[in-house]
Amino acid sequence: MNICEMTALEISNAVKNKEITVKDAVDAFFAAIDEYDGKYHCYNTLCKKEAYERAEEVQKGIDCGKYNGKLAGVPIGIKDNICTKDILTTCSSKILENFIPTYNATVVNRLNDEGMVIIGKLNMDEFAMGSTTETSATGVTHNPWDTDKVPGGSSGGAAAAVAARLSPVALGSDTGGSIRQPCSFCGVSGLKPTYGAVSRYGLVAYASSLDQIGPMGKTVDDCAALFSVIQGKDEKDGTSMVYPKFDFDKAVKGDVGGKKIGIPEDYLGEGISPDVKDAVLAAADKFREEGAVVETFKMPIVKYAIPAYYIIACAEACSNLSRYDGIKYGYSSPDADTLMETYVKTRSEGFGMEVKRRIMLGNFVLSSGYYDAYYNKALKAKKLIQNAFYDAFKKYDMLLGPVAPTTALKIGESLSDPLKMYLGDIYTVMINIAGMPSMSVPCGFDKDNMPIGMQIIGKPFEEAEIMSAAKAFENATDFHKKLPDLG
Amino acid sequence: MEWEIVMGLEVHTELATKTKIFCGCSTEFGGKPNTHVCEICSGMPGTLPLLNKRVVEFAVRTGIATNCTITQHNKFDRKNYFYPDLPKAYQISQLYLPICRNGFIEVKDKDGNPKKIGIHEIHMEEDAGKLVHDEFEDCTLVDYNRCGVPLLEIVSEPDFRSAEEVLSYLTELRSILQYIGVSDCKMQEGSLRADVNLSVRPKGQKEFGTRTEMKNLNSFKAIARAIEYEAERQIELLEDGEKVMQETRRWDDNKGYSYAMRSKEDAQDYKYFPEPDLPPIEISDEYIENIRKSLPELPEAKKARYMSQFGLPEYDTGIITSDRSFVKLFERTVEICNSPKDAANWIMGELMKMLNDTGTLPENMSFDQDSLGKLINMIKAGKINRGTAKTVFEKIFTENVDPEKYVEENNLGLVTDLSAIRPIIEQVIADNEKSVGEYKAGKTQAMGYIMGQAMRALKGKAPAQEVQKILKEILG
Amino acid sequence: MTIDRSLVEYLEKLGRIHLTEEERSASEKDLQSILTYIDTLNELDTDGVEPASHSFPVANVMRDDTVTNGADTENILKNAPQSRDGCFVVHKTVE
Repeated sequence: MNICEMTALEISNAVKNKEITVKDAVDAFFAAIDEYDGKYHCYNTLCKKEAYERAEEVQKGIDCGKYNGKLAGVPIGIKDNICTKDILTTCSSKILENFIPTYNATVVNRLNDEGMVIIGKLNMDEFAMGSTTETSATGVTHNPWDTDKVPGGSSGGAAAAVAARLSPVALGSDTGGSIRQPCSFCGVSGLKPTYGAVSRYGLVAYASSLDQIGPMGKTVDDCAALFSVIQGKDEKDGTSMVYPKFDFDKAVKGDVGGKKIGIPEDYLGEGISPDVKDAVLAAADKFREEGAVVETFKMPIVKYAIPAYYIIACAEACSNLSRYDGIKYGYSSPDADTLMETYVKTRSEGFGMEVKRRIMLGNFVLSSGYYDAYYNKALKAKKLIQNAFYDAFKKYDMLLGPVAPTTALKIGESLSDPLKMYLGDIYTVMINIAGMPSMSVPCGFDKDNMPIGMQIIGKPFEEAEIMSAAKAFENATDFHKKLPDLG
Repeated sequence: MEWEIVMGLEVHTELATKTKIFCGCSTEFGGKPNTHVCEICSGMPGTLPLLNKRVVEFAVRTGIATNCTITQHNKFDRKNYFYPDLPKAYQISQLYLPICRNGFIEVKDKDGNPKKIGIHEIHMEEDAGKLVHDEFEDCTLVDYNRCGVPLLEIVSEPDFRSAEEVLSYLTELRSILQYIGVSDCKMQEGSLRADVNLSVRPKGQKEFGTRTEMKNLNSFKAIARAIEYEAERQIELLEDGEKVMQETRRWDDNKGYSYAMRSKEDAQDYKYFPEPDLPPIEISDEYIENIRKSLPELPEAKKARYMSQFGLPEYDTGIITSDRSFVKLFERTVEICNSPKDAANWIMGELMKMLNDTGTLPENMSFDQDSLGKLINMIKAGKINRGTAKTVFEKIFTENVDPEKYVEENNLGLVTDLSAIRPIIEQVIADNEKSVGEYKAGKTQAMGYIMGQAMRALKGKAPAQEVQKILKEILG
Repeated sequence: MTIDRSLVEYLEKLGRIHLTEEERSASEKDLQSILTYIDTLNELDTDGVEPASHSFPVANVMRDDTVTNGADTENILKNAPQSRDGCFVVHKTVE
């Protein structure tokens, strides 16, 4: 039995059926990481000691019936911007290179309550700013399908780890596509939950009004199981919402019959690669075969999504990242002789270029004289984008579209041109602005055999509905079963 | 040229909540550095604020008590700036939609006439931490105990024209805040702080002059001195043909002068924007109405009642209602002795004198609130005379003695057995034949002298009225 | 919107960062192309539109005024680059 090839649900069942122990599972993943992660660099930090201690506890908990959830006994890697008590949380930034949180993020507590075992912290773009994982201060993660290519980002380490079977499931975060796009590039599945469905407490903030933590896995079922563990109101997060409990059984039913699915025409226009477009249209046909009604409709606001997104995200980011000042935690420049130098040197040495660029952009759109023309304008665009989704959802049960215009790019290709990188977010950022849930699933391969992903966008808190559609697609196709050969 | 001073006030008051505005840390004053601090108020990555509902309640109470309109749709905004006392590098405040607007407080102008001072707005925000400068090590120590303590910032209109108006406003505002229980307003602990915006202009001119903002005003006295200093400084500049710079100045009360902290050139750009981590606060009519009903009687209403119910002069009511501690003592004393005018006189006279002599603040009075009433009852009953009562009151104030016990233990009570007094008075009459003769001849002033002699003989321990009565009886 | 050098320098100052000359030139160019793109937002008619600051209409999420956190000085200072006497230490803030 190769534990690493199993789904998370299978591992948990094997543990509960006493076919394997929790330690066996942890052993298997650490062995795989030791063998392959030198090549891919999915992990920033491994927590072997903690994981083995925890594995023992969890084993006892499972044996005595304390842990009996769907994912009890399953190892998991989590993105390095989710706070873990006593375990480094760096956000792949030099400025937090030595930061050890004194508390757990709410989602971490929920993983623990489920009886899961955290095995390490996954690489990402610095502070989740980027779409390639190239802005990481710890180095780029390589796409397991082609190590010359990026895994996408910002949750690139998480997507690559799942694809390379170095973690059965993972937690990522998605501010403008950071779960869905790397899933698409690495051929795995992931959910960007409705804003407010999952607590952000303990997620190091990039853009507070857009950030959401979400599950990533090899199958829709794994994502649904992990989502059911982390979702739900948290008293510590004022923006987390009370809503009807996530219906796991509905999510994994795999039924899309009778549903109306809309494809925004504007998602298939200029800039999309033919392979991606064909794959999404083929997926649409598949949904028709499964009994859904699929049609295209116009959503002209799409072209304003990227400007609005970068204004809102950078504005919030420049404020959120001001706390890194070399005084309370993290890197502090050793060459500072005055308070001002502590700020400027620490931040200049501690942040990478992409982060600095977004800090400057954020400062610009908020600075006096420009606030109304940029920031306030973007908030109005946000309102119109929300309205466009609510209009669409009057006609359709869910929307379908590509995740990204292309498949994974070569490492280094987009770094030199930030605007080009930003434009790659065109199909994902709108969903964050509107706060809707969206599930990314594999839907094909391009001519170079690189995975293609599509996303199914749902109404607020209708995760089960879009997951069930994704499952129906999964049942009818084999794309999710193809994983890269690690060689 | 005659100059007019124009001032506006920004008052910060720390709210008397149990916990901080966005986390469950205690707001208790004092304590070792960084002992009332958690991951939230120290700005750890990933943490989120959660609003303390009592802060909203206190803000609404304050708004109603100062005649404001309550904003029913509220949001918080971030005010961004770098400073070590602000761990998140932004202060959560309210810029666009402050919770209270367009109120007023009535004060007395220089000539004692009533004047309305407009309140532009009141908003909720969080306090910053404390910086302690270490002279020897040439560094600064940062303590976040105060960081996140809830504040109201009360911004007045530029309606002040004299230091007297400013002090009258602060006195009134402080008593309101204390009355409605939202703040203890201890200036020495920083729970009430006032920044003064001041400009001068030639009398009669409509336009405002360039203003400066003065900070670090830690007492009413400091405020009065700083206003005087700053007005003079600006007038001198202008009379010399120079310009007033728009700047923030820090008052040094020991040295009696102020200096510029930062000038307009490097003015901060606070980059305000709506706080994404906090959902809006919606305040219903019903909520406002419930708070309105729950408010205690405010100083103005109390004054009016004291005048009509107790017949006290306006002057007396003004002093008594100026401080919550006086009101408490006054009301308890009246309850016990049922003599409002006596109670008022004691508070305005002996109590004030003791407070001044000992440098005690009213809120720090520590004696039993029943003592003054008991003392007045003893005078009324003829058990002690006024002179003795003053001595006893000093003991009450300084040592919290029980007046009845103290008088008894020290044998200070008046002799009430008249049969014991009479022989002594007879002896006094016998010893002062000359004066008695004069009195009988119609020289009524002589009675005063005889009376004095009698009291001396009685060692002051007999009620004067009784002594006089007996004297008149004997002398016919 | 035109980005010039002095604006880049002002933005550095606002963000408490310092760029090398090379980075500054590159930033001027990059920010220019990004802002030119962002300016397409001006084509969107937003007259009469209320700015949306939150995704969903939730309000009044508040906590009770009860103390839940104890003294945690050690944890708070655990990550501090410099600390003394229970305090964070910084270069002096006054002259």
